[in-house]
Order: sequence, then C-alpha cells, then structure tokens
Amino acid sequence: MSTLDKRKSPAEIVGQLRSGMTIGIGGWGPRRKPMALVREILRSDLKDLTIVSYGGPDVGMLCAAGKVKKLVFAFVSLDAIPLEPWFRKAREAGAIEVLELDEGMFQWGLKAAAFQLPFLPTRVGLGTDLVELGGLKTVQSPYDDGEVMVAMPALKLDSALIHVQRCDHRGNVQALGPDTYYDEWFAKAADQCFVSCEELVPAMEDAYPEDARANLFERCFVTGVTEARGGAHPTSLPPDYGWDMGWFKKYTAAAKDPGDWASVAAQFVGASEADYLASVGGMEAVGALPLPVF
Amino acid sequence: MATLAELCIAAVAEAFRTDRELVGTGIGPIPRLGVGLAKLTHSPGLMMTDGEAFLVEQPVPIGPRGYDDRKPAGYLPFSRFFDSAVWSGRRHAMVTPTQVDRFGQTNLSALGGTHAQPKTQMLGARGFPGNGIYHANSMFIPAHGPRVFVAGEVDRVSSPGYNPARRIAGGNYSAIDLKRIVTNLCVMDFGGPDHAVRVMSLHPGVTFAEVEAATGFPLIDAVAGETTLPTEEQLAIIASLDPHGIRHTVLPDNPPAIRSAS
Repeated sequence: MSTLDKRKSPAEIVGQLRSGMTIGIGGWGPRRKPMALVREILRSDLKDLTIVSYGGPDVGMLCAAGKVKKLVFAFVSLDAIPLEPWFRKAREAGAIEVLELDEGMFQWGLKAAAFQLPFLPTRVGLGTDLVELGGLKTVQSPYDDGEVMVAMPALKLDSALIHVQRCDHRGNVQALGPDTYYDEWFAKAADQCFVSCEELVPAMEDAYPEDARANLFERCFVTGVTEARGGAHPTSLPPDYGWDMGWFKKYTAAAKDPGDWASVAAQFVGASEADYLASVGGMEAVGALPLPVF
Repeated sequence: MATLAELCIAAVAEAFRTDRELVGTGIGPIPRLGVGLAKLTHSPGLMMTDGEAFLVEQPVPIGPRGYDDRKPAGYLPFSRFFDSAVWSGRRHAMVTPTQVDRFGQTNLSALGGTHAQPKTQMLGARGFPGNGIYHANSMFIPAHGPRVFVAGEVDRVSSPGYNPARRIAGGNYSAIDLKRIVTNLCVMDFGGPDHAVRVMSLHPGVTFAEVEAATGFPLIDAVAGETTLPTEEQLAIIASLDPHGIRHTVLPDNPPAIRSAS
C-alpha cells in the first residue's frame, strides 16, 4: 500500500468524476449539502449526470445548468420555500428524466446497493403511481405467507458527495449536528465517496478523540477528502451555521427574473470557491447565519 | 370567542385521540397545534418531535424561538425515522395534500401534463407512499373545494387509498388506515360502505349541501351535529403553543368559529 493520504483539492475530486456518471449527493433538502463540491461540478464540463438526492438547491442548480440527464428523487425543496424553483422549471420543460421514489424506498435502495444486493423488498409503493411510472417490479415471498412486495432496486452510485464537520487525511470523518440523514448510506452505496469538511485535521485521534461516536462511516468508504469551509452554504450545517434564507430568496426570484441560469450562474456559483465565499460575506457571515427552527 | 382555526385545531386533536404510544406528526400550523393539544390533554401517549430531530414531552411552540428552547427527552432523526416510526406503524400523520379523491388517494407530486413533463411540478411523493401503506393518516384541508376533492382520481397517486383497482393480488394493504379529514367546513371520515367518505360534523353555520357542492365526489350524510367548539382550557393550551398567533394567519380573514348571521 502506497499511502493513506486521501487529501485532494475540490478540482481534483471533480476531476475523478465523468460525464454520464451516477452521483449521489448527501444531505436533505436545504440541509448539510456538499455545496462546495456541487459548485465545483457546476464550474466543470461534466454533463449527462444521473443525480440521486434528497433534493435541495444542489438539484435545482445542477438542473438549471443542464448537467442532469436523470434525477432520482423523493422531493426537491428548500423547506421554507417549499417548491425548488429551478427544479420545477426543468420538470415543467420536460428537460430531465426522473425516477420518483418515496423517501423510505430511496434509502432502502441505497441500503440494497450498500449490501451488494440487487433489490430489497418493501410494501412501500403499493397502491401508488410510483411502481408503474418507475418501472419497478414486484417480488413474492417464497415462504408460506406468499406476500407480494415491491422489489426496490439497488441505487448503485458511481460516486457520492458528502459534507461533514471534520476529516483527517486518511478519511476518518466526524459528522456533528442533530441529524446526518442518509449520508452513511450514500457513502456505502458508492464505488467512490468524496467528503468535504469544515476542518481538515492531521489525525482525528489527536484532534477529536472524544467525538469518535460522530464517525458516521468508516474510512474504507472514503476515497478523497478536502477542506471546504462554509462548504454547505447556502444550506445549513448545524451546529456550525444555519441556511441562508436571503440567498434562497434571491435564487428563487432569479428563476422568474431573469429566468435563465446563464445570466445568474456567476452570482450563485462564483468563479472559484474563494470568490464564492467572499461574495457571501466570508466565513464570518456564514458562521453567523442563525440555525433554523422548525 | 374561538376562531374557525381554533375550532379546526380542536377537531384535529380529536382526530389524534389515542390510547397508544405513537408518533403524532402534524404538518403545518393547524395540524401541529392539534397534535400538541391532544398530547397535552386526552392522549399523553403521543410522541412529538421538535420538527428537527429530537423527541420532546412538552410540544415545542410554533414560530420563531431560540434554537435551544426545547427540552429533548428522546431522539428521532430522519436517519431512523423509517425504522422507528413509519415502517413500524407507530405513527399517525396529518398532512395537506394538493388533491384528494373518493378513495382517499392523495397527490403531492404533480398536476396535469405527463410524467415526463408535468404541467405543474410540486414537491414529489415525499414520504407519502410509505406513510399510507404503513400507518394511520389524516388530512387537513384549509380550503374545501372541488379542486382539492377531485371528481375522478387524483392526477398522480402519491399515497395509497381504498381503491380496489389499484390493489394487486398478494399485496398487503392491511395497514392502510385513513382516519379523518378536517376542513374549513366540516369533519369527514372514511366510515361509509367500502370506505366511502362521510361527513361526520359540520362547523357551526355550514350546511351539508354547501359541503356537497364544494366536493367533487359523492358524500354520505352522517352528520351527528356541529363540530364541537374548543373549551376555554383548550383555547389556553392552543395559545401557549402558538405564542406568535400564527394560527390567525392560516384561514383568510381569520373567521370566527360561529359564522355571523349576515
């Protein structure tokens, strides 16, 4: 083994992605999204992506920029602004293919992929339009009950992108905050998982041994790490910072006026991550964003 | 005097009456206040979250508050929500779908057009398919009308109902349990023949004919009387759970519970 040093720049990480790939994006709606890596994709030439996401502005921006061939989703929302405006535009223009799932089926598909299974059975989807529209098949229990269930196919990911509070160079991660959603299963469902973090430490055992229970998934599931302070902005990363409602409002308004992404992309993506962070007031402003209450 | 919103909150609380320990989820101010009211009065077994990740024994007031103004007694993040609450059947949720049909099927996905290109894209199915097949569900509809209660089937079936045409042989639909629909006009349930929708009570001053005219599908008249007005005790609890008066903004012009004779 040559090295366990998994440190990379965001550009190097995106350099390991390819057009046509299936990419899972961690987080949930406007919460703990790996936005610095999403922005790096938006600065790249990547296209024809299949995006698998509990969608927030990550999905809206990638759709707006024409990066998405197909979306696997259960919702796309900014929470306080329920309907993601750019996703909505893309759907109503018929611009993307979709596989619409239930939130629970979605994580079940990630788990099937993580366990290297072709599918996992579930009752979820029965009696709804999801099964037929999604081309999902059923499976019958081989036991006496004979129950017929939906066979939720594995959501195998080529790559997963996740944002956490802390990483070390070997890929030991710590995800703090009240909820880590299904980030663990994105990591395990993917051939390669890239993690951005607020703080890259030399060795987790020296820096934060007392928080080892925040190690959301083991380092064997981590291909690359990068430090991206404010890397979840404009989404929230409790307890570090809340979401940026002012940003969401501008972004939502821009979907109506001017309504085309090309003329506003620079404002919402930035030429570089440093430019972007400066444009939103730097870490001082990001760190002061109030945590949302529900 | 009580408002119509407060009457609805009391009706929501009644819908959540239970002897069981299960998660009560009310999406939106009226449902959430109703669950809190039920928990603090007749149904202490109900479990509620702070809306984020923690279980609280004292329902968290709605609206702006300090982030740490909650006293977690337990933990129920999204990351274990399906294990603990949904797929275990230990939940009753009240939601506000965009469309509802006679079978109790709901739509939160899209309106019109095709699946490839909907006329209006909405949220997506969210957790509706799983909620519907696994645990009890109720609905709150703030503007009772034929665009919500549609004549045929909903445009997209996001959550299952009692439609025999959508059941496959061998499927287990036994946990489908649609409880009540609370609207700005009345309280309904699915207690008619083959789970047909019945009107159980009319809000003061509302007639059955008015509800019928505002509904796209046939209704059974099982009206036992007027929807019960909230008591002073209930009103005090509601006020404590809604210190900013958000309930006053849900229904247009915040009408009183008893219609004026005008």
